[in-house]
Amino acid sequence: MRHVLSITVANKAGVLGRIVSLFSRRGYNIDSLSVGTSEDQRFSRITVSIKGDDRVIEQIHKQVAKLVDVEDVVELKSESSIYRELCFVKVEANAAARPDIFNVATVFRANILDVSTKTLTMELTGDLDKINAFVELMKPYGILEIVRTGLAAIGRGAEKAKN
Amino acid sequence: MQLTGAEILLECLIEQNVDTIFGYPGGSVLPIYDALYKYKDKINHYLTSHEQGAAHAADGYARSTGKVGVCLATSGPGATNLVTGIATAYMDSSPIVAITGNVPVPMLGKDSFQEVDTTGITMPITKHNFIVKDVAELADTIRQAFHIAKSGRPGPVLVDIPKDVATFECNYSMKTPIAPQNESSRTTPQELNKAAWLIHEAKRPLIYAGGGVIAADATDVLTEFASLLGAPVCTSAMGIGGYPASAEANVGMIGMHGTAVANTLATECDFLIAIGARFSDRVISNAQRFAPDAKVLHIDIDPAEINKNIMTAYSLVGDVKKILSLLNPLLQKQERGEWHARVTELKQKYPTDYRKAEGLLKPQYVIQRLSSLAADKAIFVTEVGQHQMWSCQYLQIEKPRRFLTSGGLGTMGFGLGAAIGAAVANPDTPVINIAGDGCFRMNHIEIATAVEYELPLIEVIINNHNLGMVRQWQTMFYDKRYSQTSLRGKTTDFIKLADAYGAAAFNVTKPEEVDDAILKALALKKPVIINCEIGDDEKVFPMVPPGAGIDQYILEGGE
Repeated sequence: MRHVLSITVANKAGVLGRIVSLFSRRGYNIDSLSVGTSEDQRFSRITVSIKGDDRVIEQIHKQVAKLVDVEDVVELKSESSIYRELCFVKVEANAAARPDIFNVATVFRANILDVSTKTLTMELTGDLDKINAFVELMKPYGILEIVRTGLAAIGRGAEKAKN
Repeated sequence: MQLTGAEILLECLIEQNVDTIFGYPGGSVLPIYDALYKYKDKINHYLTSHEQGAAHAADGYARSTGKVGVCLATSGPGATNLVTGIATAYMDSSPIVAITGNVPVPMLGKDSFQEVDTTGITMPITKHNFIVKDVAELADTIRQAFHIAKSGRPGPVLVDIPKDVATFECNYSMKTPIAPQNESSRTTPQELNKAAWLIHEAKRPLIYAGGGVIAADATDVLTEFASLLGAPVCTSAMGIGGYPASAEANVGMIGMHGTAVANTLATECDFLIAIGARFSDRVISNAQRFAPDAKVLHIDIDPAEINKNIMTAYSLVGDVKKILSLLNPLLQKQERGEWHARVTELKQKYPTDYRKAEGLLKPQYVIQRLSSLAADKAIFVTEVGQHQMWSCQYLQIEKPRRFLTSGGLGTMGFGLGAAIGAAVANPDTPVINIAGDGCFRMNHIEIATAVEYELPLIEVIINNHNLGMVRQWQTMFYDKRYSQTSLRGKTTDFIKLADAYGAAAFNVTKPEEVDDAILKALALKKPVIINCEIGDDEKVFPMVPPGAGIDQYILEGGE
């Protein structure tokens, strides 16, 4: 089962390395990871998506929380959080295929970023399911490249990633 | 006042009441060693033969006192030589601060001479580590390093100081260290009441005490707790000394080479109370068969230990001494006649004993005699292997911090360095390192250190001319294919070696020579090697075979 942890860390060199090293040496698999600054310049926020049962997630949560540079760890559950990811898709698109691709892009609210004689590059924002569905629909046209940012997540309502 | 980085470092050590460090000089730490020359009346530096010895010595210093041990090494190979010692301290939650030099900041990342990524290498084996690139941050970093090392679950912290940072000047003003935080704040009265109720409901409780009892200085409250419960107490290897060996309720070590009594009781108990222990695989063996009828109450300072290896019914997170002292007043004294009778029955059925043979020198006998003649005054240290397990079984350790062993990492070569640290920290206390011949070979260079500083250190070599524990496994599980475990091809004369180092030595080949050698060695109050020649095929029993439940132990003669 997928779990999403929002980890608030000190905004210092090497902190991401500590988190990633902990995951790899304890054998936790990261599905996706995104990092950026937070509302407070002293801290960065890391969003990690991982698969595992509740016991594994409990261990990850506690082991991460033990790191000195980690300020807080919060699990953002799907029912009370918003998950988003940005995805670039470059597909083969000659003049004949272009209208069909435009139609699908419109349905998914994907933006066309670049058009060439043979290709089309789009950006799409959404949660995992939406992006996967879009990618499936693009496959028949011939996907040349996919670039994804990794999941970012935020709690709904007043819920915060740092207490 | 304006000081150099190196001087600030030493001032900060003095702030932390550090008067002893173990180390080895080199190019990148020249400024620090230059400052040490100036501070030699305030900080005693012990020069080891190898950086690994310095790390183990800092660890032994810490384990035998509870204070933070400090070691110092240069960049590159100096730092990598500390690694085994730091990892050993990490696995056994021993508070040390390791200080390393590094190449000057502009040279970092350029594969400079004697440059390694020290913080990168030590990241997974430290509680935390730092590289200080600005001299203005040095003092607070050192303070933070000590705070992290001793707060919560103790452990090693490394501070990497590039050479130029040690020479730059900066303003320094003294600060008084802050005491580690009270870690039991998380335990609420409701939680304590619930735990007390669970304990009260138990019919056949067993206490499993680990090294956390020693780290928290909780022996007295544990003794009271055990007495209120009327429960037997077993310990992990790390817990030895945390509960007096002579206490009636002590049933010895649990686990792979644990007593049949402890392992049987763990399997029969209905309530297991783990205190400052982490359910290592050497304790639980097959997790599915471990304490199958028991609810587990886990008391530990590290929340990440709860439900890591064994699922618990209930847990209390915090300083075990504080938790037990809050819990004890909530308990009523319980008599458990039937359970007590079962403990007594098992103790009679499975005494800690071995098969004697007329005239043959047995390792267990040597260790029993060491215990009888020196346990009231000495600190015992071990290396790793068969002699370590016999020491766990046959030494009668009455007090905490009197038995130092590498429990988690199982580091051959730990003992002698750690013994040096313990001897430095505890003047006038004999320190006895029990070693195998394999372990002795790894770091015997530190005998030179013991000689230089005239330490009352006795190195007892239980010499079977083999890597005994590996040989035991080869005998039992690899059809006696003794692949590379015989040391008989190596003809080093340990008595002559002792002489070369300037240490005294005794050779013991018969049981009747044992007491004489021990008593003479104790009287000498200087480094002594006692070489004890035992047979090639002595084995450690009981033994739980790999993958088996801890109740499926093999007794001597049962292999």
